[in-house]
Amino acid sequence: MAEERINAEQVAHVAGLAKLEFTPDQLETFTGQLEKIIGMFEELSQVDTEGIPVTSRVTDRHNALREDVAVKSDERAALLANAPETANGLIKVPAIIDESGDGE
Amino acid sequence: MDFFNQDLTSLHSDLVAKKLSAAELTQATFANLKQTDAKIDSFLNLNEDEALAAAKALDAKGINADNVLAGIPVGVKDNIVTKNLTTTAASKMLENFVPVYNATVVDKMTQNDMIIVGKTNMDEFAMGGSTENSAFKVTKNPWDVSRVPGGSSGGSAAAVAAGIVPVAYGSDTGGSIRQPASFNGIVGMKPTYGRVSRWGLIAFGSSLDQIGPMTRTVKDNAAALNLIAGNDVHDGTSSEREVPDFTAGLTGDIKGMKIALPKEYMDDGIDPKVREVIKAAVKQFEDLGATVEEVSLPHSRYGVSAYYIIASSEASSNLQRFDGIRYGFRAKDVKNLEDVYVRSRSEGFGDEVKRRIMLGTFSLSAGYYDAYFHKAGQVRTMIINDFKKVFEDYDLIIGPTAPTPAFKIGDEISDPITMYMNDVLTIPVNLAGLPGMSIPAGFADGMPVGLQLIGNSFDESTLYKAGYAFEQATDFHQATPDLGGQH
Repeated sequence: MAEERINAEQVAHVAGLAKLEFTPDQLETFTGQLEKIIGMFEELSQVDTEGIPVTSRVTDRHNALREDVAVKSDERAALLANAPETANGLIKVPAIIDESGDGE
Repeated sequence: MDFFNQDLTSLHSDLVAKKLSAAELTQATFANLKQTDAKIDSFLNLNEDEALAAAKALDAKGINADNVLAGIPVGVKDNIVTKNLTTTAASKMLENFVPVYNATVVDKMTQNDMIIVGKTNMDEFAMGGSTENSAFKVTKNPWDVSRVPGGSSGGSAAAVAAGIVPVAYGSDTGGSIRQPASFNGIVGMKPTYGRVSRWGLIAFGSSLDQIGPMTRTVKDNAAALNLIAGNDVHDGTSSEREVPDFTAGLTGDIKGMKIALPKEYMDDGIDPKVREVIKAAVKQFEDLGATVEEVSLPHSRYGVSAYYIIASSEASSNLQRFDGIRYGFRAKDVKNLEDVYVRSRSEGFGDEVKRRIMLGTFSLSAGYYDAYFHKAGQVRTMIINDFKKVFEDYDLIIGPTAPTPAFKIGDEISDPITMYMNDVLTIPVNLAGLPGMSIPAGFADGMPVGLQLIGNSFDESTLYKAGYAFEQATDFHQATPDLGGQH
């Protein structure tokens, strides 16, 4: 490709930010596809946007205020039923640091 | 029982007159569904026992003669959460997810005695234009099962087109209701942003997403939007404007209506056979006493790029919640917490979802934010201004919904940019938050072609009025695919 917009190293960096990982083959495919899509995005540089404000929402509302009312809910069992792993009525996760090699 | 020869009004009068009970209607719907859906795979998950129980309870209570939707079977896109009914968004990530609450639109369906038949197939997390990105099955177009039904609401569209249900709900972020409506020869409405509550819609692009109805006729569609429209305390972006009765202006009289046809919507990028259908539609509107004049939406050509930056950025943020901890897929044999996040997301998401997350993360990342995300937001403003200018002089805009009729399964799935270009005519409407509707306008090589009607903000009524007049003057909505029902 004549002009490199994004390379495999950058794609791997972005994947890290997005908490995704790719095999070397996948990384190659994604790099090629992202390169083309980002190439398409560059057409936006043709548009003169000097002084044009950004639109980030199209709702007709500014604030949506309501009374802060406490509502009782008893959904603990149903919520926990969706968790991949539970123990003693709590969601179970692995240790933050590596579980192997700590002498267990 | 199929829904080729009956609309909501006639079904409703049969139910009120007790020619048909809600339970009989529900049983017949499931009997037809099982036969027809074996050929098109439009449903992911059925709600049969609960639907039948609800129908029997409704028969015992009696059908409200004032509620045209009472007892009517409905399909719900699988990114709209349904309490106690598995909701997957067609992702392995949510394969076993059972919501603990109903989306506001689902509460409105059940409170108004609609019978939820099941959840319809879609592109994973609504990302795609063919329903081929579903993690579970590929829905086929009932007009030609070698072709896609469009997407992302392809299951809802195919189910309605095949006569399985008279109404289904979908969601539209960049064309996901209108494009499949066009590909299947049905009516699909993307309401104004804020017209319908998004509470319980699994978020994709939060500044773009809207839920809307898909039906075989304009009048049915208006009734189905009446049901779900309105402010909701759970969605701070839902409008507090009064909701009109969308069925009220359906007179067939559009004399003097001023219609705009953007020249960019009829250029070389559009299949000549699609353009022919639209030209005939223009003539039809003129015959009905409307005026149609050419206008320009000069920045609409930049819509696809702006959209894929904005929608992907919003998606990359919205989909951070899928981390393998509280619900959803968790990878096996993980060593530590970081491993749970990375491996669960990498194994749980499909390729298109990963592509969008990557595009969004890139567009928002240091060094690229100004050139991409900020710039896209400015171009969005210019697209909005183009529309505002046209609506100073016109009541509505028309054009094709999609550049082509339905393409073959497998043809575009490996080429993301070609797939993204399917949305070129629908995306500007989402960026501007306007209402847009696709209605059947003819055929190209035996496949349906949709006419898109774009309205001013919160003016769905004009779209229904014009769409109804067109429908009354034509018979495209009466055509049905050979597949399905009693054909």
